[in-house]
Amino acid sequence: MNPLLQVRDVAKSYGTRVGCADVSFDLWPGEVMGIVGESGSGKSTLLACLAGQMAPDRGAVIYDTRDRGPVDTRALSEPERRMLMRTDWALVHQTPRDGLRTGVSAGGNVGERLMAVGARHYGDIRARAVDWLGRVEIAADRVDDPPSAFSGGMQQRLQIARNLVTGPRLVFMDEPTGGLDVSVQARLLDLLRGLVREMGLSAVIVTHDLAVVRLLADRLMVMKGGRVVEAGLTDQVLDDPQHGYTQLLVSSVLQV
Amino acid sequence: MKFESENVAAYNFAYLDEQTKRMIRRAILKALAIPGYQVPFASREMPMPYGWGTGGVQVTAACLTPEDVLKVIDQGADDTTNAVSIRRFFERTAGVGTTERTAQASVIQTRHRIPETPLSEDQILVYQVPIPEPLRFLEPSEVETRKMHALEEYGLMHVKLYEDISRHGAIATAYAYPVKVAGRYVMDPSPIPKFDNPKLGDCPAIQLFGAGREQRIYALPPWTEVVSLDFEDHPFEASKAEADCALCGAGDSYLDEVIVDDAGGRMFVCSDTDYCGARRAAGHVGAQAAPGEVA
Repeated sequence: MNPLLQVRDVAKSYGTRVGCADVSFDLWPGEVMGIVGESGSGKSTLLACLAGQMAPDRGAVIYDTRDRGPVDTRALSEPERRMLMRTDWALVHQTPRDGLRTGVSAGGNVGERLMAVGARHYGDIRARAVDWLGRVEIAADRVDDPPSAFSGGMQQRLQIARNLVTGPRLVFMDEPTGGLDVSVQARLLDLLRGLVREMGLSAVIVTHDLAVVRLLADRLMVMKGGRVVEAGLTDQVLDDPQHGYTQLLVSSVLQV
Repeated sequence: MKFESENVAAYNFAYLDEQTKRMIRRAILKALAIPGYQVPFASREMPMPYGWGTGGVQVTAACLTPEDVLKVIDQGADDTTNAVSIRRFFERTAGVGTTERTAQASVIQTRHRIPETPLSEDQILVYQVPIPEPLRFLEPSEVETRKMHALEEYGLMHVKLYEDISRHGAIATAYAYPVKVAGRYVMDPSPIPKFDNPKLGDCPAIQLFGAGREQRIYALPPWTEVVSLDFEDHPFEASKAEADCALCGAGDSYLDEVIVDDAGGRMFVCSDTDYCGARRAAGHVGAQAAPGEVA
């Protein structure tokens, strides 16, 4: 079995300022990788490089495609990369508005990826949209409402449905629970955990919230100043942090 | 180019200078070579406001020869302000012959309609286009829409049709209905009613589209395949008002609805005035024709 995603020495700098540097890891099918760190630690830069939103300066991001086996995503042509983005990959943005079409109904939002890969039967598209809204706990009678009529948590769930409808294998999530209140966060995490397990998804989750990675991630990378300072199994890193910064991070979590 | 007429000596033939025409003709040739592709061109200021057909006028000016006979229609009619002023513009600046008869014209500039009379191989149909980009209101970024055209990513166009069906139960887009040209580019056919969409394809005439404010020219060469987008379970339907023309009785032409009083009274008449007039001249009579016309 090949790793789904092999990341080798990825580096990206903004002029002389380091975005991220020397990041390497393997992501195996069905595995969820968490990336934590403070603001400005290079998490989002790294995610953008992995998801093909930004070209890394150095290094390789090798993805195990369904038909051609492992390929370096930097060597893919733009149409191929965009096709991958619509089918095998999914990108969940922190702000649902970045990932949704706000002028289009919920059903249209979910159906867009289906239509983008060639679905041309209205009844089928709508049935699948309703099915997916159900899976993310949005009532079927909301299918024709615009996302602006939804609460923040519902918008985020809608974004997740829109991304997962084409059955991707790899999901990139940037702070999926950011901006939501704690009870909504808990439900969303529950839902995400269920979907990840049920669909056998691999995921890379960037967050500053240690509770999110504790619940979702199998493995964890801690970043600081653009570099990975500690990596390992989630429980191991959180229960027995070795690096000074990780210790600080874990001890900074507020207890209620 | 020879052009002698003492009262318009200050104008070059057909208003535009020859270098500008050359630039526009190059854009037209490129547009014809890539059917449905929007070719940028350096649109000029014209002596009329944007939205009045500055793009169409420039394309017409670049196509006209002194031997041409020009017809100008606006919503199918030869006698509306826009049509009259553009026709007079070319009468004065090019001295070409003008006509209201579709069959006699060699160049037809149109706004929002395709004439009912079938076009022939020696005719050019020039459309005035307000918004050439079919994806405009779906994807706000022009950089992104160009990329979508380049990569043939047209799923979003169907999202619009999906929204129509989910909101109205049927594809409610009635004009500017998106089409796929020669199996490649998705094109906005300008705001013609979708009733006219079937006439776009396999047309013997050259069809040119000019958008002045947006600085784009695109084209359909003769006999090009043009398919209106739809869903398998909601096929494209060319719709018109469920009536016959009140003046000429035609059941196969596109109709305008005319409000005739304050009590909800209305009548339907052909939007193509030349077609309607020719039918009446040939003795066809509609339900509300003037009494004197009854044959």
